[in-house]
Amino acid sequence: MRIILLELKEGLTIALKAIISNKIRSLLTMLGIFIGVAVVITMSTAIKGIDNSFKEGISSLGTDVLYIDKWAWFTNVEWWKMRNRRNITMEEFYKFKNLVRLPKAIAPVTNTIQPIKYNERRVDNVFVNGSTADYIKTTNFTFEQGRFYSEIESNAGRQVAVIGSEIAKKLFPNMSALGRTIKIGNFNYKVVGVLAEQGSFILGPWNPDNQVYIPIETIFKNFFNRSFKTITINVRANGPEMVDETKSEIEGVMRKVRGLTYNQENDFSINQQEGLQQSYNSIVGVIQIAGLFITSLSLFVGAIGIMNIMFVSVKERTKEIGLRKAIGAKKRAILSQFLLESSVICFIGGLAGLIAAIIISLLINQFVPTSIQIDSIIIGIGVSLITGIISGFAPAYTAANMDAVEALRYE
Amino acid sequence: MNIIKIEHISKIYKVGLEEVHALRDVSLSIDKNEYVAIMGPSGSGKSTLMNMLGCLDTPTSGLYLFKGVSVSEMSDNQLANIRNKEIGFVFQTFNLLARYDAIHNVELPLIYGGVPKEERRERAKRALIDVGLGDRMNHKPNELSGGQRQRVAIARALVTNPSIILADEPTGNLDSKTGEEIMALFQEIHQKGNTIILVTHEEYIAEHAARIIRLRDGLIEKDEFVEKRFTNTLNKNQEI
Repeated sequence: MRIILLELKEGLTIALKAIISNKIRSLLTMLGIFIGVAVVITMSTAIKGIDNSFKEGISSLGTDVLYIDKWAWFTNVEWWKMRNRRNITMEEFYKFKNLVRLPKAIAPVTNTIQPIKYNERRVDNVFVNGSTADYIKTTNFTFEQGRFYSEIESNAGRQVAVIGSEIAKKLFPNMSALGRTIKIGNFNYKVVGVLAEQGSFILGPWNPDNQVYIPIETIFKNFFNRSFKTITINVRANGPEMVDETKSEIEGVMRKVRGLTYNQENDFSINQQEGLQQSYNSIVGVIQIAGLFITSLSLFVGAIGIMNIMFVSVKERTKEIGLRKAIGAKKRAILSQFLLESSVICFIGGLAGLIAAIIISLLINQFVPTSIQIDSIIIGIGVSLITGIISGFAPAYTAANMDAVEALRYE
Repeated sequence: MNIIKIEHISKIYKVGLEEVHALRDVSLSIDKNEYVAIMGPSGSGKSTLMNMLGCLDTPTSGLYLFKGVSVSEMSDNQLANIRNKEIGFVFQTFNLLARYDAIHNVELPLIYGGVPKEERRERAKRALIDVGLGDRMNHKPNELSGGQRQRVAIARALVTNPSIILADEPTGNLDSKTGEEIMALFQEIHQKGNTIILVTHEEYIAEHAARIIRLRDGLIEKDEFVEKRFTNTLNKNQEI
């Protein structure tokens, strides 16, 4: 045991001496690993950041919310079949509401895309959601200012609006939005509430922060007739553990409302956020893997650089290897000497790369969210050490198995 | 008791398709505290014999007993152990590590032998003082003269208290005066009870030894004891 420790210590001394006495060479070799680790870690913090903000974003929609819709979000049902389905109407919603018992909250939702104006400021293509006062109970929304519209306001179709945080920032950069009158399309609305920041940029126009909420009756009054298009019914289960039970209840109730017989297929779909997560994973996941793969290539190139320089180092020190063997160094001592050298090079390069990655991530974080986590730090150091060991192994093995007599004779 | 006993040793190298018989059926034994010179022209097999005796190489056939233990069947690690503990090498080109100072060079075999740090330092110091380099311990090889470098190498060979010292042309890279000094040092080491095997092709160097084994074409041509000559050289050296 002591011998092995002494050998390792000697190996480390040799490695450091070798690295110091070949400064430029060592620095250039480290640069390869530096770039590789920096790129890989930056990539993974960016991926992690985007992932986190996506998850935060969709969880603001509520994990226990079901959406009864004419259209399925993710499905194998053919498009033309769904197109031929009946629209979901307000009348059906009221019947449905009277029959269901399990949900915590239900709300009919429809929407329109409109420009929003306040004096000269203007935001185009905003999702304007129309629903009832219960809508707020189907979400996890929190308020920066004000409140959601009330049942009376909603039933009466008043000109009131609740706006997302991004909309508030754009229309009212330096003032409070509450109580002011904005224009949605050509109609005036009074702002009764401003949402706190909910989701994340990754959801784009579906981000609640970029949306506006008005009573559904007001939508029908201002923008289109109530039978113009299908509505969605948002159903919130009484907690995540009730989702499955609630789903089967609402499916049964909806079939009843629609008067479907046992041999008819559903002519509606029940959507869940889970599907959103899955399709996110299947699309973005592939991009992420491809990204990591491409950035890993740079690390691979760095590793080849290390291997190359280690072969040179072994060749240069052939005579030294012969001498060490002659005075009693075992194979494992020679092997570990060179493995340590490549590991130290990789470790220093990797550590520098890691620091660079953290700095870059903090800079990028101004534009795209990144998330530096302890595991990426561990991975960074681990990857550089493993790279060092793998790329140093072939040269070190060559050195360890050198013939002592030949090596001593080498000039 | 023999330290080294070899019987009917042969070594065959394959060079391309040709077989080179470096040693043919060589037998000899060396006792404790002998001072042996192995001589012969180049290609006579003396280097091969020395590598064999130094456990750097194994014979193609024949028996090699080191202190009564057969070496031919040993594993690489066991051979490394023998080289570490029982054999001290001195080379023509010194083979010091350029980046290390004298004392670390001398410590090297002790590191591979697992000797703890304080003891290692102490023994390395003593060995350097013994070869007359007590004031050069922290010099790097390029700050030392040729003779001093060879002394460091001798200290490195002595530091493990080996059973034999194997010196391969130890004066080959030195001028004759420095060579004489080094030979005097070997004489001194021998008188302290060490066993020395010297490989050389210079007659006047071999004359320091008490026994000269002459090789030619892989065979022992002559194995003779030289009477008392070394006392003269010793006296001569003491005058220096």
